[in-house]
Amino acid sequence: MSRARRIALYQALAVAIPVLLLEVACRVGLIQPLTMPTPSSMVVGLVEILASGRINAAILKTLANVAAAFVLASVAGVALGALLHRAAPVRRLLEPLFSTYYAIPIYAFYPLFIVVFGLGDAPQVLIGFMLALVAVIVSTLNGLDSVPRVLIKTARVCRMNAVQTATQVTLPYAAPHLFTGVKLAAAYSFIGVIGAEFIMSQSGLGYEIRFAFDNLDNQVMYPLILLILVVSVTVNFTLDHWDKALRARRGAAR
Amino acid sequence: MAAPHVSMRGVTRVFPTQKGALHALGPVDLDLRKGEFFAVVGPSGCGKSTLLEMIAGLAPPSAGTVEFEGRAIGSDVPDGVGVVFQENACFPWLNVADNITFGLRRLPVAKDEVARRLDYALGLMGLRDFAAAYPAQLSGGMRQRVCIARTLVTQPRLILLDEPFGALDQQTRLLMGDELLNLWRATGATVLLITHALDEAAMLADRVAVMSSRPGCILEIIETGWSADRDSRIVSDPAFGAVTGKLWGLLRDQSLNALGPAA
Repeated sequence: MSRARRIALYQALAVAIPVLLLEVACRVGLIQPLTMPTPSSMVVGLVEILASGRINAAILKTLANVAAAFVLASVAGVALGALLHRAAPVRRLLEPLFSTYYAIPIYAFYPLFIVVFGLGDAPQVLIGFMLALVAVIVSTLNGLDSVPRVLIKTARVCRMNAVQTATQVTLPYAAPHLFTGVKLAAAYSFIGVIGAEFIMSQSGLGYEIRFAFDNLDNQVMYPLILLILVVSVTVNFTLDHWDKALRARRGAAR
Repeated sequence: MAAPHVSMRGVTRVFPTQKGALHALGPVDLDLRKGEFFAVVGPSGCGKSTLLEMIAGLAPPSAGTVEFEGRAIGSDVPDGVGVVFQENACFPWLNVADNITFGLRRLPVAKDEVARRLDYALGLMGLRDFAAAYPAQLSGGMRQRVCIARTLVTQPRLILLDEPFGALDQQTRLLMGDELLNLWRATGATVLLITHALDEAAMLADRVAVMSSRPGCILEIIETGWSADRDSRIVSDPAFGAVTGKLWGLLRDQSLNALGPAA
Protein backbone atom coordinates (compact mmCIF):
# COMPACT_ATOMS: atom_id res chain seq x y z
CA MET A 1 0.00 0.00 0.00
CA SER A 2 1.36 3.42 -0.92
CA ARG A 3 2.08 6.04 1.73
CA ALA A 4 -0.73 8.32 0.56
CA ARG A 5 -3.24 5.44 0.65
CA ARG A 6 -2.13 4.43 4.11
CA ILE A 7 -2.61 8.00 5.37
CA ALA A 8 -6.06 8.11 3.77
CA LEU A 9 -6.93 4.84 5.51
CA TYR A 10 -5.78 6.15 8.89
CA GLN A 11 -7.75 9.35 8.36
CA ALA A 12 -10.86 7.32 7.56
CA LEU A 13 -10.34 5.15 10.64
CA ALA A 14 -9.81 8.21 12.82
CA VAL A 15 -13.34 9.30 11.89
CA ALA A 16 -14.97 5.87 11.68
CA ILE A 17 -13.86 4.48 15.06
CA PRO A 18 -15.18 7.34 17.26
CA VAL A 19 -18.42 7.39 15.26
CA LEU A 20 -18.78 3.66 15.80
CA LEU A 21 -18.07 4.01 19.54
CA LEU A 22 -20.67 6.81 19.72
CA GLU A 23 -23.20 4.59 17.96
CA VAL A 24 -22.57 1.79 20.47
CA ALA A 25 -22.70 4.18 23.45
CA CYS A 26 -26.07 5.54 22.28
CA ARG A 27 -27.52 2.11 21.60
CA VAL A 28 -26.57 0.56 24.94
CA GLY A 29 -28.01 3.58 26.75
CA LEU A 30 -24.74 5.08 27.92
CA ILE A 31 -25.87 8.30 26.19
CA GLN A 32 -29.59 9.07 26.56
CA PRO A 33 -31.62 9.63 23.36
CA LEU A 34 -32.64 13.03 24.75
CA THR A 35 -28.97 14.04 24.90
CA MET A 36 -27.92 12.71 21.52
CA PRO A 37 -29.54 10.38 18.96
CA THR A 38 -27.44 7.63 17.35
CA PRO A 39 -25.18 8.75 14.48
CA SER A 40 -27.00 6.39 12.12
CA SER A 41 -30.32 8.01 12.92
CA MET A 42 -28.72 11.44 12.27
CA VAL A 43 -27.82 10.27 8.77
CA VAL A 44 -31.33 8.88 8.21
CA GLY A 45 -32.81 12.11 9.57
CA LEU A 46 -30.63 14.23 7.32
CA VAL A 47 -31.63 12.24 4.23
CA GLU A 48 -35.29 12.62 5.17
CA ILE A 49 -34.98 16.36 5.76
CA LEU A 50 -33.15 16.87 2.47
CA ALA A 51 -35.65 14.66 0.60
CA SER A 52 -38.64 16.52 2.04
CA GLY A 53 -37.13 19.77 0.70
CA ARG A 54 -38.64 21.87 3.44
CA ILE A 55 -35.41 23.58 4.44
CA ASN A 56 -33.60 23.50 1.09
CA ALA A 57 -34.20 27.23 0.70
CA ALA A 58 -32.62 27.84 4.13
CA ILE A 59 -29.59 25.70 3.22
CA LEU A 60 -29.12 27.54 -0.06
CA LYS A 61 -29.44 30.92 1.63
CA THR A 62 -26.84 30.04 4.24
CA LEU A 63 -24.38 28.56 1.74
CA ALA A 64 -24.77 31.63 -0.49
CA ASN A 65 -24.04 33.92 2.48
CA VAL A 66 -21.05 31.83 3.54
CA ALA A 67 -19.72 31.94 -0.02
CA ALA A 68 -20.22 35.72 -0.15
CA ALA A 69 -18.39 36.25 3.16
CA PHE A 70 -15.60 33.89 2.07
CA VAL A 71 -15.02 35.47 -1.34
CA LEU A 72 -15.21 39.03 0.00
CA ALA A 73 -12.83 38.27 2.87
CA SER A 74 -10.34 36.45 0.61
CA VAL A 75 -10.21 39.20 -2.02
CA ALA A 76 -10.23 42.10 0.44
CA GLY A 77 -7.78 40.33 2.77
CA VAL A 78 -5.18 39.75 0.07
CA ALA A 79 -5.60 43.30 -1.27
CA LEU A 80 -5.39 44.90 2.18
CA GLY A 81 -2.48 42.66 3.15
CA ALA A 82 -0.57 43.68 0.02
CA LEU A 83 -1.27 47.38 0.70
CA LEU A 84 -0.30 47.12 4.38
CA HIS A 85 2.92 45.37 3.44
CA ARG A 86 3.93 48.49 1.52
CA ALA A 87 2.79 50.88 4.27
CA ALA A 88 5.14 49.85 7.09
CA PRO A 89 4.08 52.53 9.65
CA VAL A 90 0.37 51.67 9.29
CA ARG A 91 1.25 48.01 9.59
CA ARG A 92 3.16 48.57 12.84
CA LEU A 93 0.14 50.48 14.12
CA LEU A 94 -2.32 47.69 13.29
CA GLU A 95 -0.24 44.63 14.10
CA PRO A 96 -1.17 44.60 17.85
CA LEU A 97 -4.81 44.68 16.79
CA PHE A 98 -4.31 41.70 14.48
CA SER A 99 -2.69 39.61 17.17
CA THR A 100 -5.54 40.24 19.64
CA TYR A 101 -8.30 40.41 17.05
CA TYR A 102 -9.74 36.97 17.74
CA ALA A 103 -10.24 37.87 21.39
CA ILE A 104 -12.78 40.49 20.27
CA PRO A 105 -16.35 39.14 20.47
CA ILE A 106 -17.40 40.09 16.95
CA TYR A 107 -20.93 38.80 17.65
CA ALA A 108 -21.36 41.63 20.17
CA PHE A 109 -21.58 43.97 17.16
CA TYR A 110 -24.32 41.88 15.57
CA PRO A 111 -27.28 43.74 17.15
CA LEU A 112 -25.69 46.99 16.00
CA PHE A 113 -25.33 45.63 12.47
CA ILE A 114 -29.01 44.63 12.50
CA VAL A 115 -29.96 48.14 13.51
CA VAL A 116 -27.82 49.62 10.75
CA PHE A 117 -28.38 47.10 7.95
CA GLY A 118 -31.76 45.58 8.86
CA LEU A 119 -32.71 41.96 9.33
CA GLY A 120 -31.65 40.89 5.84
CA ASP A 121 -28.54 38.91 4.84
CA ALA A 122 -26.09 41.80 5.13
CA PRO A 123 -25.41 41.66 8.91
CA GLN A 124 -24.73 37.90 8.75
CA VAL A 125 -22.41 38.20 5.76
CA LEU A 126 -20.66 41.06 7.53
CA ILE A 127 -20.04 38.95 10.65
CA GLY A 128 -18.59 36.11 8.53
CA PHE A 129 -16.52 38.59 6.56
CA MET A 130 -15.12 40.26 9.68
CA LEU A 131 -14.18 36.95 11.27
CA ALA A 132 -12.46 35.72 8.09
CA LEU A 133 -10.78 38.94 6.98
CA VAL A 134 -7.96 39.23 9.51
CA ALA A 135 -6.81 35.62 9.03
CA VAL A 136 -6.31 36.40 5.32
CA ILE A 137 -4.56 39.72 6.02
CA VAL A 138 -2.15 38.14 8.51
CA SER A 139 -1.23 35.23 6.25
CA THR A 140 -0.81 37.59 3.29
CA LEU A 141 1.61 39.71 5.34
CA ASN A 142 3.53 36.58 6.42
CA GLY A 143 3.69 35.38 2.84
CA LEU A 144 4.94 38.72 1.51
CA ASP A 145 7.56 38.85 4.28
CA SER A 146 8.95 35.55 3.00
CA VAL A 147 9.63 36.81 -0.56
CA PRO A 148 13.41 36.84 -1.18
CA ARG A 149 14.86 40.27 -2.02
CA VAL A 150 16.46 38.88 -5.15
CA LEU A 151 13.02 38.22 -6.71
CA ILE A 152 12.00 41.83 -6.08
CA LYS A 153 15.27 42.99 -7.65
CA THR A 154 14.53 40.70 -10.60
CA ALA A 155 11.13 42.35 -10.99
CA ARG A 156 12.89 45.73 -11.11
CA VAL A 157 15.32 44.45 -13.72
CA CYS A 158 12.24 43.44 -15.75
CA ARG A 159 11.02 47.05 -15.27
CA MET A 160 7.79 46.02 -13.56
CA ASN A 161 5.72 48.57 -11.64
CA ALA A 162 4.36 48.04 -8.10
CA VAL A 163 1.08 46.44 -9.20
CA GLN A 164 2.79 44.10 -11.69
CA THR A 165 5.37 43.15 -9.07
CA ALA A 166 2.58 42.31 -6.60
CA THR A 167 0.40 40.32 -8.98
CA GLN A 168 3.16 38.58 -10.94
CA VAL A 169 5.99 38.12 -8.44
CA THR A 170 5.32 38.62 -4.74
CA LEU A 171 1.75 37.28 -4.44
CA PRO A 172 2.45 34.18 -6.59
CA TYR A 173 5.53 33.54 -4.43
CA ALA A 174 3.43 33.94 -1.29
CA ALA A 175 0.66 31.67 -2.66
CA PRO A 176 1.19 28.80 -0.18
CA HIS A 177 0.87 31.27 2.70
CA LEU A 178 -2.20 32.86 1.13
CA PHE A 179 -3.75 29.42 0.89
CA THR A 180 -3.38 28.96 4.64
CA GLY A 181 -5.33 32.19 5.13
CA VAL A 182 -7.95 31.22 2.59
CA LYS A 183 -8.53 27.87 4.30
CA LEU A 184 -9.01 29.65 7.64
CA ALA A 185 -11.32 32.14 5.92
CA ALA A 186 -13.54 29.28 4.76
CA ALA A 187 -13.89 27.98 8.32
CA TYR A 188 -14.46 31.46 9.79
CA SER A 189 -17.10 32.28 7.16
CA PHE A 190 -19.09 29.20 8.19
CA ILE A 191 -18.76 30.02 11.88
CA GLY A 192 -19.63 33.69 11.38
CA VAL A 193 -22.69 33.29 9.18
CA ILE A 194 -24.22 30.29 10.94
CA GLY A 195 -23.47 31.74 14.38
CA ALA A 196 -25.19 35.00 13.46
CA GLU A 197 -28.20 33.12 12.13
CA PHE A 198 -28.28 31.15 15.34
CA ILE A 199 -28.35 34.29 17.50
CA MET A 200 -31.01 36.21 15.61
CA SER A 201 -32.48 35.78 12.14
CA GLN A 202 -35.61 34.62 10.38
CA SER A 203 -34.17 32.00 8.05
CA GLY A 204 -31.06 29.96 7.25
CA LEU A 205 -29.40 26.84 8.63
CA GLY A 206 -28.41 28.50 11.89
CA TYR A 207 -31.99 29.66 12.39
CA GLU A 208 -33.32 26.12 11.75
CA ILE A 209 -30.87 24.67 14.24
CA ARG A 210 -31.85 27.30 16.81
CA PHE A 211 -35.53 26.56 16.21
CA ALA A 212 -34.98 22.82 16.73
CA PHE A 213 -32.78 23.57 19.75
CA ASP A 214 -35.51 25.67 21.40
CA ASN A 215 -38.04 22.87 20.83
CA LEU A 216 -35.70 20.12 22.06
CA ASP A 217 -36.10 18.60 18.58
CA ASN A 218 -32.99 16.41 18.41
CA GLN A 219 -34.26 14.65 15.29
CA VAL A 220 -33.78 17.91 13.36
CA MET A 221 -30.98 19.64 15.26
CA TYR A 222 -28.37 16.89 15.05
CA PRO A 223 -28.91 16.05 11.37
CA LEU A 224 -28.48 19.74 10.53
CA ILE A 225 -25.26 19.94 12.56
CA LEU A 226 -24.11 16.87 10.65
CA LEU A 227 -24.93 18.65 7.40
CA ILE A 228 -22.77 21.66 8.35
CA LEU A 229 -19.96 19.29 9.32
CA VAL A 230 -20.13 17.43 6.00
CA VAL A 231 -20.19 20.63 3.92
CA SER A 232 -17.33 22.33 5.77
CA VAL A 233 -15.17 19.19 5.73
CA THR A 234 -15.79 18.83 1.98
CA VAL A 235 -14.82 22.46 1.36
CA ASN A 236 -11.72 22.08 3.51
CA PHE A 237 -10.66 18.86 1.81
CA THR A 238 -11.05 20.45 -1.62
CA LEU A 239 -8.94 23.48 -0.65
CA ASP A 240 -6.40 21.17 0.96
CA HIS A 241 -6.16 19.10 -2.20
CA TRP A 242 -5.40 22.20 -4.30
CA ASP A 243 -2.95 23.41 -1.69
CA LYS A 244 -1.04 20.11 -1.80
CA ALA A 245 -0.97 20.10 -5.60
CA LEU A 246 0.43 23.65 -5.56
CA ARG A 247 3.12 22.79 -3.02
CA ALA A 248 4.11 19.54 -4.70
CA ARG A 249 4.91 21.36 -7.94
CA ARG A 250 7.08 23.90 -6.15
CA GLY A 251 8.99 21.20 -4.27
CA ALA A 252 8.89 20.23 -0.64
CA ALA A 253 11.26 23.08 0.28
CA ARG A 254 8.45 25.42 1.21
CA MET B 1 39.24 55.85 -29.00
CA ALA B 2 35.55 54.91 -29.10
CA ALA B 3 33.20 56.29 -26.44
CA PRO B 4 33.01 54.01 -23.38
CA HIS B 5 29.95 51.74 -23.09
CA VAL B 6 29.66 52.42 -19.37
CA SER B 7 31.24 55.41 -17.70
CA MET B 8 31.43 56.22 -13.98
CA ARG B 9 32.76 59.57 -12.81
CA GLY B 10 33.39 60.48 -9.17
CA VAL B 11 30.85 57.91 -7.98
CA THR B 12 30.48 57.50 -4.23
CA ARG B 13 27.95 55.74 -2.07
CA VAL B 14 27.25 56.73 1.51
CA PHE B 15 24.83 54.77 3.70
CA PRO B 16 23.12 56.48 6.60
CA THR B 17 23.49 54.37 9.76
CA GLN B 18 22.69 54.90 13.42
CA LYS B 19 26.33 55.81 14.08
CA GLY B 20 26.35 58.41 11.31
CA ALA B 21 27.14 58.19 7.60
CA LEU B 22 29.03 55.12 6.42
CA HIS B 23 31.25 55.84 3.44
CA ALA B 24 30.89 52.55 1.57
CA LEU B 25 32.33 53.22 -1.87
CA GLY B 26 34.32 55.59 -3.97
CA PRO B 27 35.16 57.92 -5.42
CA VAL B 28 35.26 55.58 -8.42
CA ASP B 29 36.12 56.50 -12.01
CA LEU B 30 35.65 53.60 -14.40
CA ASP B 31 35.13 53.10 -18.14
CA LEU B 32 33.95 49.84 -19.69
CA ARG B 33 34.74 49.38 -23.39
CA LYS B 34 31.98 48.11 -25.63
CA GLY B 35 32.10 44.34 -25.96
CA GLU B 36 34.79 43.68 -23.35
CA PHE B 37 34.66 41.16 -20.51
CA PHE B 38 35.44 43.12 -17.37
CA ALA B 39 35.80 41.67 -13.88
CA VAL B 40 35.91 43.39 -10.50
CA VAL B 41 37.57 41.67 -7.52
CA GLY B 42 37.91 43.00 -4.02
CA PRO B 43 37.85 42.01 -0.36
CA SER B 44 34.47 41.24 1.16
CA GLY B 45 32.48 44.33 2.11
CA CYS B 46 34.36 46.63 -0.28
CA GLY B 47 31.20 47.62 -2.11
CA LYS B 48 31.66 45.70 -5.36
CA SER B 49 28.02 44.59 -5.41
CA THR B 50 26.99 48.19 -4.73
CA LEU B 51 29.05 49.22 -7.74
CA LEU B 52 27.06 46.79 -9.88
CA GLU B 53 23.72 47.90 -8.45
CA MET B 54 24.52 51.50 -9.33
CA ILE B 55 25.25 50.57 -12.96
CA ALA B 56 22.05 48.49 -12.97
CA GLY B 57 19.98 51.45 -11.75
CA LEU B 58 18.99 49.49 -8.64
CA ALA B 59 20.79 51.86 -6.23
CA PRO B 60 21.41 55.55 -6.91
CA PRO B 61 24.93 56.90 -6.27
CA SER B 62 25.26 59.42 -3.44
CA ALA B 63 27.46 61.58 -5.67
CA GLY B 64 28.89 61.37 -9.17
CA THR B 65 27.42 60.17 -12.45
CA VAL B 66 26.92 56.78 -14.08
CA GLU B 67 26.30 56.65 -17.83
CA PHE B 68 25.32 53.75 -20.07
CA GLU B 69 25.63 54.35 -23.83
CA GLY B 70 26.04 58.05 -23.13
CA ARG B 71 22.82 58.41 -21.09
CA ALA B 72 22.74 58.98 -17.35
CA ILE B 73 21.33 56.10 -15.32
CA GLY B 74 18.51 57.17 -13.03
CA SER B 75 16.63 55.08 -10.52
CA ASP B 76 15.36 52.64 -13.16
CA VAL B 77 17.06 49.73 -14.84
CA PRO B 78 18.15 51.00 -18.28
CA ASP B 79 16.91 49.35 -21.46
CA GLY B 80 19.47 46.86 -22.78
CA VAL B 81 20.86 45.88 -19.37
CA GLY B 82 20.52 42.36 -17.95
CA VAL B 83 21.44 41.34 -14.41
CA VAL B 84 22.21 37.92 -12.93
CA PHE B 85 22.37 37.68 -9.13
CA GLN B 86 24.18 35.25 -6.84
CA GLU B 87 21.03 34.02 -5.10
CA ASN B 88 18.54 31.72 -6.77
CA ALA B 89 16.25 34.13 -8.61
CA CYS B 90 14.07 31.47 -10.26
CA PHE B 91 10.34 31.81 -9.78
CA PRO B 92 9.36 28.53 -8.06
CA TRP B 93 5.82 28.50 -9.48
CA LEU B 94 6.97 28.69 -13.11
CA ASN B 95 8.63 25.96 -15.13
CA VAL B 96 12.02 26.51 -16.78
CA ALA B 97 10.61 27.75 -20.09
CA ASP B 98 8.26 30.24 -18.40
CA ASN B 99 11.05 31.38 -16.09
CA ILE B 100 13.31 32.09 -19.06
CA THR B 101 10.69 34.04 -21.01
CA PHE B 102 9.42 35.92 -17.91
CA GLY B 103 11.11 39.21 -18.78
CA LEU B 104 10.73 38.77 -22.51
CA ARG B 105 6.96 38.37 -22.42
CA ARG B 106 6.47 41.93 -21.22
CA LEU B 107 8.57 43.37 -24.04
CA PRO B 108 7.07 44.09 -27.47
CA VAL B 109 8.40 40.86 -28.99
CA ALA B 110 6.31 38.69 -31.36
CA LYS B 111 5.25 35.24 -30.16
CA ASP B 112 7.28 33.24 -32.67
CA GLU B 113 10.34 35.39 -31.88
CA VAL B 114 9.87 34.58 -28.16
CA ALA B 115 9.77 30.88 -29.05
CA ARG B 116 12.86 31.21 -31.25
CA ARG B 117 14.90 32.99 -28.57
CA LEU B 118 13.72 30.53 -25.90
CA ASP B 119 14.86 27.63 -28.05
CA TYR B 120 18.24 29.29 -28.64
CA ALA B 121 18.76 29.99 -24.92
CA LEU B 122 17.70 26.46 -23.92
CA GLY B 123 20.24 25.08 -26.40
CA LEU B 124 23.08 27.41 -25.41
CA MET B 125 22.62 26.79 -21.68
CA GLY B 126 22.09 23.01 -22.03
CA LEU B 127 18.55 23.17 -20.67
CA ARG B 128 16.65 21.64 -23.58
CA ASP B 129 15.63 18.51 -21.65
CA PHE B 130 14.43 20.57 -18.69
CA ALA B 131 12.10 23.11 -20.35
CA ALA B 132 9.05 21.70 -18.54
CA ALA B 133 10.81 21.07 -15.20
CA TYR B 134 10.24 23.24 -12.13
CA PRO B 135 13.15 24.96 -10.32
CA ALA B 136 12.70 22.75 -7.23
CA GLN B 137 13.69 19.76 -9.41
CA LEU B 138 16.97 21.36 -10.54
CA SER B 139 20.46 21.60 -9.04
CA GLY B 140 21.94 24.96 -8.04
CA GLY B 141 24.02 25.10 -11.23
CA MET B 142 21.00 24.38 -13.41
CA ARG B 143 18.97 27.07 -11.66
CA GLN B 144 21.73 29.60 -12.28
CA ARG B 145 21.72 28.56 -15.95
CA VAL B 146 17.99 29.35 -16.01
CA CYS B 147 18.68 32.83 -14.61
CA ILE B 148 21.43 33.45 -17.17
CA ALA B 149 19.14 32.23 -19.95
CA ARG B 150 16.41 34.59 -18.72
CA THR B 151 18.82 37.50 -19.11
CA LEU B 152 20.13 36.20 -22.42
CA VAL B 153 16.73 36.11 -24.19
CA THR B 154 16.19 39.85 -23.70
CA GLN B 155 19.35 40.33 -25.81
CA PRO B 156 21.04 42.78 -23.44
CA ARG B 157 23.94 44.90 -24.67
CA LEU B 158 25.35 44.96 -21.14
CA ILE B 159 25.26 41.90 -18.87
CA LEU B 160 25.91 42.48 -15.15
CA LEU B 161 26.84 39.40 -13.12
CA ASP B 162 26.87 39.71 -9.31
CA GLU B 163 28.90 36.70 -8.08
CA PRO B 164 26.77 34.43 -10.26
CA PHE B 165 28.72 31.27 -9.37
CA GLY B 166 29.21 32.09 -5.70
CA ALA B 167 26.93 29.30 -4.52
CA LEU B 168 28.33 26.61 -6.85
CA ASP B 169 31.05 24.00 -6.42
CA GLN B 170 34.47 24.47 -8.08
CA GLN B 171 34.01 22.08 -11.04
CA THR B 172 30.63 23.54 -11.86
CA ARG B 173 32.14 27.03 -11.66
CA LEU B 174 34.83 26.22 -14.23
CA LEU B 175 32.32 24.70 -16.63
CA MET B 176 29.87 27.57 -16.13
CA GLY B 177 32.78 29.90 -16.85
CA ASP B 178 33.23 28.21 -20.24
CA GLU B 179 29.53 28.63 -20.93
CA LEU B 180 29.75 32.26 -19.97
CA LEU B 181 32.63 32.80 -22.41
CA ASN B 182 30.61 31.11 -25.18
CA LEU B 183 27.66 33.33 -24.38
CA TRP B 184 29.85 36.43 -24.40
CA ARG B 185 31.31 35.52 -27.80
CA ALA B 186 27.87 34.61 -29.21
CA THR B 187 26.15 37.82 -28.10
CA GLY B 188 28.94 40.38 -28.36
CA ALA B 189 27.59 42.02 -25.20
CA THR B 190 29.71 43.93 -22.71
CA VAL B 191 30.05 41.82 -19.55
CA LEU B 192 30.75 43.08 -16.03
CA LEU B 193 31.49 40.28 -13.57
CA ILE B 194 31.66 40.90 -9.83
CA THR B 195 33.44 38.08 -8.02
CA HIS B 196 35.52 37.29 -4.98
CA ALA B 197 37.26 34.42 -6.81
CA LEU B 198 40.58 35.58 -8.27
CA ASP B 199 40.94 32.57 -10.59
CA GLU B 200 37.47 33.16 -11.98
CA ALA B 201 38.27 36.79 -12.76
CA ALA B 202 41.69 35.92 -14.20
CA MET B 203 40.29 33.20 -16.44
CA LEU B 204 37.23 35.00 -17.79
CA ALA B 205 38.06 38.68 -18.10
CA ASP B 206 39.93 40.86 -20.59
CA ARG B 207 40.57 43.34 -17.78
CA VAL B 208 40.33 42.90 -14.02
CA ALA B 209 39.83 45.81 -11.62
CA VAL B 210 41.12 45.31 -8.07
CA MET B 211 39.24 47.20 -5.39
CA SER B 212 40.48 48.36 -2.01
CA SER B 213 38.83 47.56 1.30
CA ARG B 214 36.07 49.94 2.44
CA PRO B 215 35.57 52.62 1.25
CA GLY B 216 36.10 50.68 -1.97
CA CYS B 217 38.18 52.41 -4.63
CA ILE B 218 39.78 50.97 -7.74
CA LEU B 219 43.46 50.32 -6.98
CA GLU B 220 44.56 49.06 -10.35
CA ILE B 221 43.22 47.59 -13.57
CA ILE B 222 45.12 44.59 -14.95
CA GLU B 223 45.00 43.52 -18.60
CA THR B 224 45.01 39.73 -18.83
CA GLY B 225 45.89 39.65 -22.56
CA TRP B 226 43.98 36.44 -23.35
CA SER B 227 42.73 35.77 -26.87
CA ALA B 228 38.97 36.00 -27.37
CA ASP B 229 38.61 32.24 -27.99
CA ARG B 230 39.94 31.25 -24.55
CA ASP B 231 38.37 28.60 -22.35
CA SER B 232 38.84 27.16 -18.86
CA ARG B 233 41.95 25.25 -19.96
CA ILE B 234 44.02 28.43 -19.62
CA VAL B 235 44.17 27.69 -15.87
CA SER B 236 47.13 25.42 -16.72
CA ASP B 237 48.90 28.19 -18.70
CA PRO B 238 51.94 29.63 -16.80
CA ALA B 239 50.71 33.14 -17.70
CA PHE B 240 47.50 32.38 -15.77
CA GLY B 241 49.49 31.82 -12.62
CA ALA B 242 51.27 35.11 -13.18
CA VAL B 243 47.95 36.99 -13.50
CA THR B 244 46.36 35.46 -10.37
CA GLY B 245 49.64 36.02 -8.52
CA LYS B 246 49.61 39.67 -9.45
CA LEU B 247 45.95 40.01 -8.39
CA TRP B 248 46.64 38.38 -5.04
CA GLY B 249 49.68 40.60 -4.52
CA LEU B 250 47.40 43.63 -4.81
CA LEU B 251 44.57 42.14 -2.83
CA ARG B 252 46.38 40.55 0.11
CA ASP B 253 46.93 43.71 2.13
CA GLN B 254 43.41 44.91 1.36
CA SER B 255 41.90 41.64 2.54
CA LEU B 256 43.93 41.87 5.75
CA ASN B 257 42.59 45.42 6.18
CA ALA B 258 39.04 44.21 5.65
CA LEU B 259 39.47 41.60 8.39
CA GLY B 260 40.34 44.36 10.85
CA PRO B 261 43.31 44.98 13.20
CA ALA B 262 42.78 41.69 15.07
CA ALA B 263 43.92 39.69 12.02
